Amino acid sequence: MDETSEEIRVPARLENLYPLLNFVTSCAKRCGAGRERLTEIELALEEILVNIFNYAYPDRRGDVAIRCGCAAGRLLVEIADDGVPFDILTRAEPDRDAAIEQRSIGGLGIFFVRQLVQEISYRREGGKNILTLAIAPAPQSP
Amino acid sequence: MEIATKKQGGAMVVSVTGRIDAVTAPEFEKGLSAVIAAGDTVLLLDMNGLEYISSAGLRSILTTAKQLKAKEGKMLFSGLKGPVKDVFKISGFGSIFKIFETEEEALRQL
Repeated sequence: MDETSEEIRVPARLENLYPLLNFVTSCAKRCGAGRERLTEIELALEEILVNIFNYAYPDRRGDVAIRCGCAAGRLLVEIADDGVPFDILTRAEPDRDAAIEQRSIGGLGIFFVRQLVQEISYRREGGKNILTLAIAPAPQSP
Repeated sequence: MEIATKKQGGAMVVSVTGRIDAVTAPEFEKGLSAVIAAGDTVLLLDMNGLEYISSAGLRSILTTAKQLKAKEGKMLFSGLKGPVKDVFKISGFGSIFKIFETEEEALRQL
């Protein structure tokens, strides 16, 4: 992330979904993302953030921080929380015991994320979950 | 997110505008449950004014579809556009549900 990146830090609660999404979409606009692409970015971000709201802090309150920047024509987004170890890339696997409909939806969130994002990586570092996304501002899907 | 309902041609037409996301999905689901509780079992969801739907919204639709199935009712869709159309396509909802271009076309099938 370069020095032009910006950061937002708010309590990890559903009521902060819109400020967080707005933060990322204005950053994505500055990086050249068009309207269609902005919706895809919102879909992926909503998925990731709602997972953090639901699972990161099972017994206390905590924050989520997003850093966002534009480097080499790509949008870089880093999402961090200091909750329980949590990797959306594994957690979002479909539940084998769930009904068929639930399974398809369970897998859909992570599908949005994977389809949208060119690179996604998770690391646990200094008691934090850090998810890093690299996103091309132009749509990838046909 | 706003819901408007009108009875037409044997169906309850539910027009949804705005966004169905993690914040508004519970309200959307409650609105649909109220329609079903009032005795309507054939629902046509007019999505013409819907700008955004996330997986939270898809979950609400599935939950409602299950309620309707238990009452031998059904749920049709019309007017999907842009990102909403894409999300239906990606999720496979396009093959689970009956989707029509326009409200008139959907009502003709009933």
